[in-house]
Amino acid sequence: MKEFLLMKGNEAIAEAAIRAGADAYFGYPITPQSEIMEYLMTEKATERTGMVVLQAESELAAINMVYGAAGTGKKVLTSSSSPGISLMQEGISYIAGAELPCVIINVVRAGPGLGTIQPSQADYFQSVKGGGHGDYRLIVLAPSSVQEMADFVPLAFDLAFKYRNPALILSDGVIGQMMEKVELFKPIPRTEQFDQSWVITGKTPDRKANVITSLDLEPLPMEKHNHHLQAKYKKMEDEEVRFEEIMCDDADYIMVAYGSSARICSKALQLARAKGVKVGLLRPITLFPFPKVRIAELAQRVKGMLSVELSAGQMVEDIRLAVNGKIPVEHYGRFGGMVHSPSEVLEAFEKIFIKN
Amino acid sequence: MEVKEIIRQENMVYQRSSLLTSKPFSYCPGCGHGTSNRLVAEVIEELGIQNDTIGVAPVGCSVLIYDFIDIDFSQAPHGRAPAVATGIKRVLPEKVVFTYQGDGDLAAIGTSETIHACNRGENITIIFVNNGIYGMTGGQMAPTTLPGMKTSTSPYGREVATMGTPLKITEMIAHLDGVNFVSRQAVHTPAAVRKAKKAIRAAFECQINKKGLGFVEIVSNCNSGWKMTPVKANQWMEENMFPFYPLGDIKVDGKLVKTL
Amino acid sequence: MAKARGAIEVDIEKCKGCELCIGSCPFHVISLEQHVNSKGYHYAYMGNPEACTGCTNCAVVCPDGVITVFRAKSEV
Repeated sequence: MKEFLLMKGNEAIAEAAIRAGADAYFGYPITPQSEIMEYLMTEKATERTGMVVLQAESELAAINMVYGAAGTGKKVLTSSSSPGISLMQEGISYIAGAELPCVIINVVRAGPGLGTIQPSQADYFQSVKGGGHGDYRLIVLAPSSVQEMADFVPLAFDLAFKYRNPALILSDGVIGQMMEKVELFKPIPRTEQFDQSWVITGKTPDRKANVITSLDLEPLPMEKHNHHLQAKYKKMEDEEVRFEEIMCDDADYIMVAYGSSARICSKALQLARAKGVKVGLLRPITLFPFPKVRIAELAQRVKGMLSVELSAGQMVEDIRLAVNGKIPVEHYGRFGGMVHSPSEVLEAFEKIFIKN
Repeated sequence: MEVKEIIRQENMVYQRSSLLTSKPFSYCPGCGHGTSNRLVAEVIEELGIQNDTIGVAPVGCSVLIYDFIDIDFSQAPHGRAPAVATGIKRVLPEKVVFTYQGDGDLAAIGTSETIHACNRGENITIIFVNNGIYGMTGGQMAPTTLPGMKTSTSPYGREVATMGTPLKITEMIAHLDGVNFVSRQAVHTPAAVRKAKKAIRAAFECQINKKGLGFVEIVSNCNSGWKMTPVKANQWMEENMFPFYPLGDIKVDGKLVKTL
Repeated sequence: MAKARGAIEVDIEKCKGCELCIGSCPFHVISLEQHVNSKGYHYAYMGNPEACTGCTNCAVVCPDGVITVFRAKSEV
């Protein structure tokens, strides 16, 4: 029998973490994502599955607890919001460098600085370009519904373990706080069905000591390690791109939007179509790897693209790189905690592409 | 009796721990890190816990311990070893987890992680090597640098008025309820080494017996940073470091045994 | 009467000539060799082997763990 619940996005993530067989959650409170740890504590995750739930003294400590536990091969996650994710960047860089699987959730709020607790998509650059120091990438999934908040947790774990790489769920205050109907997946037992050869669980006589590290004092092996990482990211780009297309087949123009902005654009699309303007929507589900091949294909036959983001325009740069000058690519979005309405999006679209 | 008659396997009374790898220590001549690494290896071997022990090596000279002791290790970001150890221990509570940290790591950049891991009473062991200076980065002032002590960032001596006083973090930690065992030792003489080994063993046993966090500070030298010969550095340490960082057990079985 | 006789073996290539063993030896057994190892360090050796009792002090204090100690009973 299917199990439906009315849940907040943040609660759905937490319930999904329990059901996905997560071994540990380490976190620190910050609005607008505090419900995640509150839910794990209230719903007694530890009693239900044996999952460790620990409130750390800071995001810095939380991400390093994730680093420690992930080194043992366990399924570990953390969650935070923008300023907290900034504080975690050192640890995330280490986790990427040491090639550990883990899941990080960013329920984005507006910045810069302390900013405001209202929703935003201004952490795009930080999420898809690495975020901390060094050449590395995270697998970035962008849910646009409470259902996807739940479904992307096991997906993120699968991808994290497949590539031994941190996976980031890039949500925002809209998706985190809103309530929707969710169909919950059946609990997945806590198992260790993956390559365990690298984990630190105590060196037994039958194997060499394992060291989780991102350090090499010699530059040549470090370059080799970096080549290995780059090859891994290339494989993700070849195999893991996910996106959704709405009415792109006959479209003259394409809006590109992810997460909550994609929901707003799907309504703007209807308004445009009602006026007889053929607009399609491309919704990247993975922001890294980015659907650049598909965008380049669409650029062969549409007249223009509009990146609609709750930011001053970040993803628009990646769209322009993919389009490579073929057609005009513009940006529209409210930001700083303000959220655009479908009619504002349509108005901006018409102003940019139709009236001029 | 000829020397070659004495040097026979059956007469062997002391050799380096078999848990040490064949790599030569990369520490400077006379550095207390080498002795401290040796003691940790000896204690793990003697307790027979090498198959179940996971070390956490942070940033600084102490990072390289993972090259020298043949057990599983995680290399932590600067200062974060107690948080990394917490993560490991919480998901593998039956394993033995220890950190091996220097003073810049544990008492400056990692103060928060240190205090909170201790305050939560994480059932881990912390080995803290305090040589009053940042060694690997070239001898800069540390939180533990003595007043008046010259370093590359306090070239005219640590001026208390502008640079503050040395942090006695071990005494601070001893007051926390989550901490079961605290001791301060040194490794510059055979007698000091034997006492330090006893303390390290007690700190590991504390964890094995699930009594809470065990913490051992080793007051050590940094010959290169202090710009002294090893023998001179040890003399200087006795005359200057020990009065400020007095040796001995501070907390045993959860009770303070020293007036702080 | 039995008397304890000792001897040490130094891993010459790993010795860094820090001299801590010299000061720790109660019987002044150890000296630094005039020759150097491949790293350029003068290394420890038994300059006065007759006096060694195998007390292990030198090995206990050696930061590089390069000293192995042997002890035998010698009939006098």
